[in-house]
Amino acid sequence: MTEDPALDVLGPGVVDAPTGGWRTATVAGVRRPIQRAVELRLDVHDRVDHLPGQHYVVRLTAEDGYTAQRSYSVASAPGDPLVELFIERLDDGEVSTYLADVAEPGDELEVRGPIGGWFVWDGETPALLLAGGFGVVPFIAMLRQARALGRSDLLRIAVSSRTLAELPYAEELMHAGALVVLTREEHGSRPAGRLTAAEIVPLWEPGRTAYVCGSTSFAEAASQLLTGMGVPAHDIRVERFGPSGAAA
Amino acid sequence: MPTPTRGFFGRRRDRDPRLPPGQYDVGADWPVLTAEPTPRITPETWSITVDGRVETPTTWTWDEAHRLPRSEYRGDIHCVTTWSKFDTQFAGVSVDTLLEAARPTAEAHFVMATSTTGYTTNLPLEHVTGGKAWVVWEFDGKPLPIEHGGPVRLLVPHLYFWKSAKWVTKLTLMTRDQPGFWEQNGYHDLGDPWRQQRYQGD
Repeated sequence: MTEDPALDVLGPGVVDAPTGGWRTATVAGVRRPIQRAVELRLDVHDRVDHLPGQHYVVRLTAEDGYTAQRSYSVASAPGDPLVELFIERLDDGEVSTYLADVAEPGDELEVRGPIGGWFVWDGETPALLLAGGFGVVPFIAMLRQARALGRSDLLRIAVSSRTLAELPYAEELMHAGALVVLTREEHGSRPAGRLTAAEIVPLWEPGRTAYVCGSTSFAEAASQLLTGMGVPAHDIRVERFGPSGAAA
Repeated sequence: MPTPTRGFFGRRRDRDPRLPPGQYDVGADWPVLTAEPTPRITPETWSITVDGRVETPTTWTWDEAHRLPRSEYRGDIHCVTTWSKFDTQFAGVSVDTLLEAARPTAEAHFVMATSTTGYTTNLPLEHVTGGKAWVVWEFDGKPLPIEHGGPVRLLVPHLYFWKSAKWVTKLTLMTRDQPGFWEQNGYHDLGDPWRQQRYQGD
């Protein structure tokens, strides 16, 4: 008897996405454009170029050999000579507090990447991007890549944040024409409130791939808005992060 | 050993021996990680099928699965994103019970678990037999919540938790290994947390 391939299964997001092993990276730049976050620019030795949406692992090692590692999405486009990470500083975070408070230019970090083949944009497929808070980071890489390719028309993006001051890359997003939704304060003529289906409908058309990135509660709400609009579940790629109870 | 990172000391100095390398204790929390939208499944429409390289392909409805001998797991779970959760309690049916009914052929060496969403994950047969794997519908004595894979998920707690497919509906016995969803997207075919088999090539 033959093996049964009956169900319509999820395949790779991108076939043969690039993968890199462990590398040494030199910290080339550290900025803190918003509170409770750090932007790191890394010179990754012997780098394998990533696709927008892929991530890196950063591993820290103590003198006694104890290690801690976490994954962070890349914000830079593949053509950028440096790899840019934008990291939320979690008060109880072991890696993010080090990167936000201690790391400085010239430091060497162990990194591994690029990683991931699902939450990846191929640079050709029209896409709708929905982000909550720090979920914008992989989308910045996509927007920058689209701009580099002269195909900014392929991407439409809506982002949700509690306030404008807490939104990473706020200026770059608005410059790119993103719909910016604030849940705790007015934005222009828009009163404070969550992202609604009515706001996403004009951004959607069949043939687009939808990418949703944010906390569990944001990702859940946004993907339910999309399925409620009739977007096929197989056209929705989700990336979630943070604790189960995190607010959008 | 890699070169120490300047100025990094690490917070958790007393490592719980239950923690595999590179993992931390998430405590009471239980993070949700899925690559696809959460489906809407009701017990009335759910079923579990064992097919592929078996003598008797078999499907159980919700009620039929619940009439099988109850089996429990008490212990720890480990996610590749580096959290581990101690002292969990799951209940359902042992995968051994399902395989006894379907009877894998001599050629069956691997299993592909498939979810209602189309999510898949591959496992060597010997890693889901001998009391190592369950199909579960209860967590801490309550129905398994949908965001954690309810009404029914696979549970293979000795491997990284992406192997414990949420919303599982089918186990297909295979002759040769084939990569599942995350395995096609860069992750390891086995996923043993004690050997840190996170990504392909580990």
